[in-house]
Amino acid sequence: MVSEQLVDLSRLQFAATAMYHFLFVPLTLGMVWMLVIMESVYVMTGKTIYKDMTRFWGKLFGINFALGVTTGITLEFQFGTNWAYYSHYVGDIFGAPLAIEGLMAFFLESTFIGLFFFGWDRLSRQQHLLVTILMAVGTNLSALWILIANGWMQNPVGSEFSYETMRMELTDFWAVVFNPVAQGKFVHTVSAGYVTGAMFVLSISAWYLLRGRDVEFAKRSFRIAAAFGFASICSVIVLGDESGYALGEAQQTKLAAMEAMWETEPAPASFNVIALPNEAGMKNDFAIHIPWVMGLIGTRSLDKELPGLNQIYALNRERVTVGVEAVKLLEALRKNPQDAALREAFDKVKADLGFGLLLKKYVASMDDVTPELIDRAARDTLPKVAPLFWTFRIMVALGFAMLALFGLALWYSIKGDFAQRPWLLKWALWFLPMPWLACEMGWFVAEYGRQPWTIYGVLPTHLSVSTLTVESLYGSLAGFVGFYTLLLIVEMYLMVKFARQGPGSLGTGRYMNETHHAHA
Amino acid sequence: MIFDYPTLKLIWWLLVGVLLVGFAIMDGHDMGVGTLLPFVGKNDEERRVVINTVGPHWDGNQVWFITGGGAIFAAWPIVYATAFSGFYWAMLAVLWALFFRPVGFDYRSKIHNATWRSTWDWGLFIGGAVPPLIFGVAFGNLLQGVPFHFDDTLVPYYTGSFWGLLNPFALLAGVVSTAMITFHGAIYLAHRTEGDIQRRSITAALIFGVLMLVGFTAAGLWIANGSIGYAITSAVDTAALPNPLAKTVELQPGAWLTNYDKAPLTMLVPALGYAGGIAALLLVWKGRTLAAFVASSFAIVGVIGTAGVSMFPFVMPSSTVPGASLTVWDAVSSHRTLGIMFWATLIFMPIIVAYTSWAYKVMAGKVTAAYIRENEHSAY
Repeated sequence: MVSEQLVDLSRLQFAATAMYHFLFVPLTLGMVWMLVIMESVYVMTGKTIYKDMTRFWGKLFGINFALGVTTGITLEFQFGTNWAYYSHYVGDIFGAPLAIEGLMAFFLESTFIGLFFFGWDRLSRQQHLLVTILMAVGTNLSALWILIANGWMQNPVGSEFSYETMRMELTDFWAVVFNPVAQGKFVHTVSAGYVTGAMFVLSISAWYLLRGRDVEFAKRSFRIAAAFGFASICSVIVLGDESGYALGEAQQTKLAAMEAMWETEPAPASFNVIALPNEAGMKNDFAIHIPWVMGLIGTRSLDKELPGLNQIYALNRERVTVGVEAVKLLEALRKNPQDAALREAFDKVKADLGFGLLLKKYVASMDDVTPELIDRAARDTLPKVAPLFWTFRIMVALGFAMLALFGLALWYSIKGDFAQRPWLLKWALWFLPMPWLACEMGWFVAEYGRQPWTIYGVLPTHLSVSTLTVESLYGSLAGFVGFYTLLLIVEMYLMVKFARQGPGSLGTGRYMNETHHAHA
Repeated sequence: MIFDYPTLKLIWWLLVGVLLVGFAIMDGHDMGVGTLLPFVGKNDEERRVVINTVGPHWDGNQVWFITGGGAIFAAWPIVYATAFSGFYWAMLAVLWALFFRPVGFDYRSKIHNATWRSTWDWGLFIGGAVPPLIFGVAFGNLLQGVPFHFDDTLVPYYTGSFWGLLNPFALLAGVVSTAMITFHGAIYLAHRTEGDIQRRSITAALIFGVLMLVGFTAAGLWIANGSIGYAITSAVDTAALPNPLAKTVELQPGAWLTNYDKAPLTMLVPALGYAGGIAALLLVWKGRTLAAFVASSFAIVGVIGTAGVSMFPFVMPSSTVPGASLTVWDAVSSHRTLGIMFWATLIFMPIIVAYTSWAYKVMAGKVTAAYIRENEHSAY
């Protein structure tokens, strides 16, 4: 049997490298559209300052993009290196969107980013703008296919287990593509990226304005960021709510845990603003409710119930019990694949196969299963409530704080006197890290909230890992931590250096500090 | 679905080959340039010239690698699972070497400091030299068989060690692969530069081209006279649902040559490796660099194709439990997935080739010291 420690280390390595990758992705997703906007203004008005804006913000975009590419390859490798059984078990479905992402999106984005940086003197204005737009389309399509893959892990539609090949197989490709969870995740995630790009430009522009330098450049950048950011944050919030609704349909466990809903309430359920979840007692020691709100978010109705964790537990205990039968029948069927009676019996219970597999964490053979173990496996299906409850609330609070900031930034941009309001500029400056924090919290909710599954209800995390030694994992984890720390230091150093240098780093002779850094 | 399952299985063997060859031709020439960087560029300006020959293109080219990995995941999931987890440290070495490329290219010339720049130059060298070496070593091990097996539920177990991968035949394969990629990169560099750098690149091309042909020949003789080769000894039902545990296989020295006896036309594949290699050598020597690049691309098709044809239908033979070997018939995805991925590849591949060609056309011409000076702030 696979050791607990190996599973934990594999999870830690994936979580660390994925969260690190997502430090760079949202900025890419958002800034690329800011570049499209700036360059479009340049092409339409012919004003050089907009070309300089495109090039300067593009330079910072490039520094970020390099690490996005570097850390993205890790993730594609890692399914194979560390999650071999997962790769075998679901590759028939999960591999396809990853490969299509490469063919349709990543090639596009990566080919045109080269021309974006090097093609200024070789392309007409219109051609260069087209290149920038194609790069933006590529980055966003890339996110689409990755989130289709991730959406399938959350809500595994369009597929079926095959006992002959001992894996999940695709039955309906379009169901996977148009998976409501995937589509909801895509729009929510890219919008969060747009907010990140907008905040980045808004903050650094605010810093220039506070210092009274490169004022014309900074003011124009600030205005574009304020408008783009306001539209994006509205979209994040509305579409996040839409994701909540999709979850209410597909992943009631995660929704109940995020909301610390232990018991099924009469519809429409109330929303816990603050709660102190008690995991052992399976209840909240304290909570402040707003009546009706949860029912509206989760079901879009006043009469449908949302199940609480205690009810989900009872339901899952049944499914684990049936799952034990499913695993036993599968083992028999693997030995006698032609036995029609066995096949028929298995087909009746195979929907609960994943729940039976949860017990493989505790026993090698289903003959050793005891009622206590069934209890434990059913208890395992409930993620820990407190981390989900709080990270979700931090994300939402940050979202609303950013809504206020972008709202005011846009309001004063329209009035035209934002540059004279240091409180606003300082707010924008100090809020620079917030979209990243919110994005990481969001991913934590999505992924931690799916536990104990890699594929929700289908494949337990425990079974998904590669059969490596614990020593190998310590070694590779140390390697990743070392490399990534170094890379982050280098990246932050360059980012700060060029942000401080400002548009003068282009060497056009039109901005501050030009002679000082003429050869940098 | 217009193709039956066996046909699609065969098509996917070809398509994985196309993606690997595409990776070797496109990302390969970048890697060759990276490998040569510290040697053909004698000062900072020369090195910037070398880097900027691939500056606008390396990122797009690297996607051949990513897509190749994704396609193996989608079409041969159990191969992806078994190979990546089994070759754990080798894969991490490739990955960590690749880390140096995006940051090396983008960050190197952003700071005016000799130590900084030289550090990244060696980083680009590692990112260029290590991956082809390890891929060659990996192919060398595939040809000999790899120690792995499955349990009843198809969990893969790898029972070898990292150091076991570095055996003499595998190292020879690593030399062939590195020489091939460096040869190809040197020809590309000769095409995009002039003067001293071009002269040094042509010299490098001649050295690595000869090394590739000698190594390729040595590996061929080793296979003909050595103890490697596997053969399926049970009946093969190519239409069956994939189950890698349903056959028997045995170690059969010389078996890697049987395909050439059965289908003599396949001899054209290794012949293409030689013809392309020799033609590229002659052409680059004459200074006809573009034609030489085309010829070395054909050499790559021939060399990688030879490994594929020799092993067919094996993809990853097992040395410890030969029956668990993975083949193009029993390590594949479902009929439906193979069909969908076939159409996705058929639609997008020509589009990719079209815009990649356009990008090269836009950036065509020699990269010179004058170009670097004019673009001091924007060039790599």
